[in-house]
Amino acid sequence: MPSVTRRDFNRLAAGSAIAGSAALAAPAVVRAQASKLRVGVLLPRSGALAFIGQSCQRGADIAPAMLREMYGVEIELMNADMESSVDVARSRAEKLIDDGAQLLVGAFDSGPTAAIAQVAEQRKVPFVVNIAAAPQITEQGYKYTFRNFPSAGDLIGNGLSLTSDIFQATSAAPRTAVFMHVNDTFGSSMAKGIAAILPKLTHLPFKLVDTISYDREARDLSVEIAKAKATQADFILLVSRLNDAILLVRELVKQRWSPQAIISPGSPGMYEAQFYKALGNRYSDYCISNVPWYNPNAALAQSVEATFHKQFPQEKLMFHALNVGFTFEAIMIAADAFKRAGTTDGDPLAEAIRQTNITEHMMVGGPITFDAKGQNTQIASACIQNRDGEPVVVLPQDAAQKAPVYPVPAWNERKA
Amino acid sequence: MPIDAVVNIVISGLFTGLVYGLMALGLSVIYGVVRIVNFAHGELMAVGMYAAVFAFVMAGIDPLWMLVPLAVAFFGIGYGLQRALVNPFIGRPEHSQFILLLAVALVLVNLLLVFFGPDARGVLVSYSLDSYQIGPLLIDKVRLICAAVALITCAILFAIFRYLSFGKAIRACADNLLGAQVVGLNVKHLYALTFGLGTACVGIAGCLMSLLVDVTPGLGPAYTLLAFVIVIIGGLGSMVGALAGGVLIGVSESVAGLLFTPSAKGMVSFALMILVLVFRPQGLFKAR
Repeated sequence: MPSVTRRDFNRLAAGSAIAGSAALAAPAVVRAQASKLRVGVLLPRSGALAFIGQSCQRGADIAPAMLREMYGVEIELMNADMESSVDVARSRAEKLIDDGAQLLVGAFDSGPTAAIAQVAEQRKVPFVVNIAAAPQITEQGYKYTFRNFPSAGDLIGNGLSLTSDIFQATSAAPRTAVFMHVNDTFGSSMAKGIAAILPKLTHLPFKLVDTISYDREARDLSVEIAKAKATQADFILLVSRLNDAILLVRELVKQRWSPQAIISPGSPGMYEAQFYKALGNRYSDYCISNVPWYNPNAALAQSVEATFHKQFPQEKLMFHALNVGFTFEAIMIAADAFKRAGTTDGDPLAEAIRQTNITEHMMVGGPITFDAKGQNTQIASACIQNRDGEPVVVLPQDAAQKAPVYPVPAWNERKA
Repeated sequence: MPIDAVVNIVISGLFTGLVYGLMALGLSVIYGVVRIVNFAHGELMAVGMYAAVFAFVMAGIDPLWMLVPLAVAFFGIGYGLQRALVNPFIGRPEHSQFILLLAVALVLVNLLLVFFGPDARGVLVSYSLDSYQIGPLLIDKVRLICAAVALITCAILFAIFRYLSFGKAIRACADNLLGAQVVGLNVKHLYALTFGLGTACVGIAGCLMSLLVDVTPGLGPAYTLLAFVIVIIGGLGSMVGALAGGVLIGVSESVAGLLFTPSAKGMVSFALMILVLVFRPQGLFKAR
């Protein structure tokens, strides 16, 4: 029979005491971790999408303080610039997770967002998409990615429906349109969506006479506009970013082509602050964007506006509404799920996000919920027309601030 | 497509190509004499663009009024850069020269990012969106002015090298370095003058470009690459080649956008470069 020496017994007792005290201490350590959620925010704060990325960042910056009051949870932001690049987005996502991020939010641009979703899935870290429309982001069967933004199909469906409403409201019946789109992941998704959806909408009075794609980083769009002008289309259906939207309008003026309207079925650019600043009221006015928008009458929207104005007194929320609104809501979703889950562990946190049902939010649409694919399908669009240098809701009628104008005044008929 | 639209596009490409040619001319001049490839060329042009934008935003100065001050300033920058930094590297292995100027390029890009941020900045003067109508043709006013200034600048540069004594001395260094030294020419000073002239061309090109495109810090590397493509097509060291290459690139990109999809027009310049390298590696024109 093996004998136990006093030394053996003392060693065993000491080990048990240490293990016991660690077990007693562990719940306290877990409770301390569960009071703070580290959120990695990935946005394109430099590169081709710099202005929009910085606009989104404002929504992130105001979130922690507001969410502390709303939910009583501590959110620590870990910001990263993904430089409008897919490869940088992937590596920055990895680094954020290595540095302790427990949840990711981002990334505005569809290509990098898809790359981050892959990383999130591999690392089992929840990822809440603020803005990105490419359908494949929520079609891969990912369990950790959730999108609080319409997919391209929904954007286009809503956008074309509002386009039809514009024509009805103004008794217009344009017969032809030229479709111009940026050829990045988002633009290509929208182009595919329009090619699939538009032929089915037989009630729309127009047909597409040409499709012209262009490089997002192009510095000169004179050839593209010349081709579009040659079609003699009634209006331009445009899927763009910001810098290219500015270039396009400038080129339209130089080439003296005044289409009946420029209508976006759901892309950024024409409602951004930089668009108005670069073109002035004369050339930025009357552009139409059918996009998800904020509800200025919602209590949360008014709180966000007050906080935004306090933190950024030189800016107006209306010029950043979409970017700030969705980015704030993405972090709000994280905070809400964190409060319910009570943990920062990936699996329970992701499950809590899946069960999200937020009725008090700031963007137009139904409650924030996610379907089996992690997609919120209840986000509506509004028809925004630039008027006197500001984005104004013109449809739906019950939310309209002004009546829509179509066809719009020609460039040379507008006041300088 | 209507023929007038095609002509409009070709003319627009021609005008833009002349400004590209001016930019590439600076690179060609520097290499032709100093035998240094300036890998910070596009970044210097971005600095010129920012300088023009800064003057416009802060003081409302039209970039066309900034042409001469910027040319003088960039001449000084180029002269100083060559004397202080580049000169010691002449005669060293080419990879050392490459690394040096690449480092200069990276420093410039990041300094621009620090001082101006990542947002695109542009100049919108009163005539930015004007165009002239000549029958069915529409001529962009700004492009026309920029092309004219580019041509005048090239003519001045040609005249310097042909008629002025220091221009002839610079050509002597390029033709026969040993002979130039033997007859007592101050080669270091002449090299610095050449670098200054090449950089002045870039400064003027940047000033003109600020009227055509919005500038971001990341634009520099794209223009460095474009300048290389142009001088390889035109012939490294050939002034006529740089201009011709620029025009060829400008027109071919415009026409390619017409014939193929506009989003692929950027690849045309590289395709042309490959063709030239395969069939005429010395470029379309001989170095002079």
